[in-house]
Amino acid sequence: MSAPYRRTVVDAAGWDAAADAMEAGDTTLLSLWAEIGCVHLAVLDAEGIEILSLPCPDGYFPSIGRRHPPAIRLERAVRDLFGLEPEGLPDPRPWLDHGRWGDEAVPAAAYPFLPVEGEALHQIPVGPVHAGIIEPGHFRFTCDGETVVRLEARLGYVHKGIDRLLAGAPLARATKIAARVSGDSTVAYALGFAQAVEQAWGLAPPLRAVWLRAVMAELERLAHHLGDWGAICNDAAFSLMLAHCGVLREQVLRTAATCFGHRLMMDRVVPGGVAADLDAAGMAALQGLIAMLRARVPPLVKLYDDTASLQDRTVGTGRVSPALVAQFGAGGFVGRAAGRAFDARRATSYAPYDGLRFEVPVLQAGDVNARVWVRIREIEQSLSLLEQLLPGLPAGPVRIPPEDLPHGPAEGLALVEAFRGDLFVWVRLEAGQVQRCHFRDASWFQWPLLEAAIEGNIVADFPLCNKSFNCSYAGHDL
Amino acid sequence: MIPALLVQFAQMMLVLALAPLLTGVVRKVKARLQRRRGASVLQPYRDLRRLLGKDVVLAENASWLFRVAPYAIFAATWVAAALVPTFATGLIFSWTGDLIVITALLGGARFALALAGMDVGTSFGGLGASREVMIASLAEPAMLMLVFCVAIVAGSTQLSSIAAHMLTQPVGLRVSLALALVALCIVAVAENGRVPVDNPATHLELTMVHEAMVLEYSGRHLAMIELAAALKLLLFASLIGCLFFPFGLAHAGTDPAGYLLAIGLWLVKLLVLAALLGTLELSIAKMRVFRVPNFLGAAFMFGLLGVLLLFVSRGM
Repeated sequence: MSAPYRRTVVDAAGWDAAADAMEAGDTTLLSLWAEIGCVHLAVLDAEGIEILSLPCPDGYFPSIGRRHPPAIRLERAVRDLFGLEPEGLPDPRPWLDHGRWGDEAVPAAAYPFLPVEGEALHQIPVGPVHAGIIEPGHFRFTCDGETVVRLEARLGYVHKGIDRLLAGAPLARATKIAARVSGDSTVAYALGFAQAVEQAWGLAPPLRAVWLRAVMAELERLAHHLGDWGAICNDAAFSLMLAHCGVLREQVLRTAATCFGHRLMMDRVVPGGVAADLDAAGMAALQGLIAMLRARVPPLVKLYDDTASLQDRTVGTGRVSPALVAQFGAGGFVGRAAGRAFDARRATSYAPYDGLRFEVPVLQAGDVNARVWVRIREIEQSLSLLEQLLPGLPAGPVRIPPEDLPHGPAEGLALVEAFRGDLFVWVRLEAGQVQRCHFRDASWFQWPLLEAAIEGNIVADFPLCNKSFNCSYAGHDL
Repeated sequence: MIPALLVQFAQMMLVLALAPLLTGVVRKVKARLQRRRGASVLQPYRDLRRLLGKDVVLAENASWLFRVAPYAIFAATWVAAALVPTFATGLIFSWTGDLIVITALLGGARFALALAGMDVGTSFGGLGASREVMIASLAEPAMLMLVFCVAIVAGSTQLSSIAAHMLTQPVGLRVSLALALVALCIVAVAENGRVPVDNPATHLELTMVHEAMVLEYSGRHLAMIELAAALKLLLFASLIGCLFFPFGLAHAGTDPAGYLLAIGLWLVKLLVLAALLGTLELSIAKMRVFRVPNFLGAAFMFGLLGVLLLFVSRGM
């Protein structure tokens, strides 16, 4: 089941105390979100997850970002989406709101990028439309020759109004929307949503469904880690790795299609269970996939490790300090490559991971190479998890029929491990509908670190750093 | 006189016609090595036809330089290619310029491209131009050094004379020439913007060198630049062939059958070099921009060592 949590309604003093604890490093910010007239703060401490709610009838709340920088972008988003004013917010610029939500005839004001002063500095604007098939985002580099002095990202180009779409949506529709927040993490998002709903209603999905969800989640992780690995190497013009990894990734996706009827396994995880069962043919395909990957991944690891020209590019590039990672509470390969041993599968040990053996690989270097190695180790761990999941797969039903689901008002949350890192989901249900639902992608705390990682590197190394972070645009812009 | 001119004309047309094919073959080799099917080797021709059929989109602030540069680059590169003994030595044009002229023509083309890259004032053009000039400032001395090395052996900077010398005199295995070959290969990789110096296949603007300068070009202008780039690759491949593997080169004034045989052998050499280049590009990653000076510095040192060894062995 999902992580249990504490829920407290606080006043301004209690809110400030939470900021103190985060600033001191005693607790980690999980998310900050709002609804009309109220802001919520989720923090992780030694005892687990705590949600603090601060009613703000006047439309103001004390800024957390003033004390704890990781909250700044979340507060800017809260201000844009709900009109609540974070008092003392150090960065008052809009974030998701690009000035195009009102009258379309009125041209949007120019976005004031942070000023950079110095002689012989020049700016390079990149995006939001890029040459490759990737999501849109704008990057403003200020360079001294080839050396990056400052990078500032501007996001929000794929804002879809997820919060609004989910408000008042019937459960079935909300499940579909949740699976589409960020297409590459569709299993993780659906899983997070389902777990939050199940926690709210106190449901226990059938055991077989819980195990099948883990199978899907690990397949998703395998596919994306393989894809990322190749893509990172390709950004150093080592296309051989992309070709090999591309073949393996495709095999994973095809196996997923064979087993669950969809390459990305979209809409397969639903509240109350899963919407697809694994048959004997699917089981055989999975066994074949695991055997194939077990045979073909090690030579690629050797190729990666033995190619000196590639190592020359990845080692020492785009370093993020462990202190910064700890401050931002960055999850996934970004955090684990810089000493933060956090994995939601281990931290909240939701089923079935509580009964499975796996390691959380942690490295200290914090560079591109470390982020590649964390992925490589996680590929091995995912294979090992699949090898444990398949033989132990319980028999039985895979879904609680939708008509048997409760309808009452309830709240729940979930913290699940997507391939990018921990995904936080909070949901409030009422009369079989979603009243308010909040997703916090791992990228919220990884994007700011990318800006720190590139500092002092050369501008030509940015694509390599960026790919090694592989942050989500869609999951972040909501 | 007339037959000599005709042969020269045929050589010029042949290099022009075959240049895109060489690029296509390199791409095909790379694709096959990546276990991809890859585009047809004729794809560069189709690209050129497509580009020639398209309108030119010009930036509003583009000056005359931006419009003239593609033709200047193409012309300079084509003339340089005409001076190289591709399949026959002693062709009539080859007496008008030597290896230093070829270097200068290519340098001029690059100068025009760098200016054009900066002309429109986009950040990528400037970025590419500054990188290109950095690479050029290191590649050209290395090129000159290896020219001197070869010239000392053959007693001339004239390519036809050098090739004829290598072909007819018992040069034997010389350390200096081996060093010059390595240097020329490094310079060729850098000059043509291949991995590990530049990646011709990338879409990442921030990492580009050559491609960054031509980002703003379109239509027939882009066609000219692409063709010039293909010609340059052919030129360097032919240069390596005629300087270090001159077997099979015909002499001016031989019979048509002799020419045909020489052309066939030249094509084989090009194919081998294309396969080698494709393999090289796949087996290494691109180096950091600031590692390129070390790489080209090595080429310069090889050239210098070659020259020094020659002086030592001949007692000045």
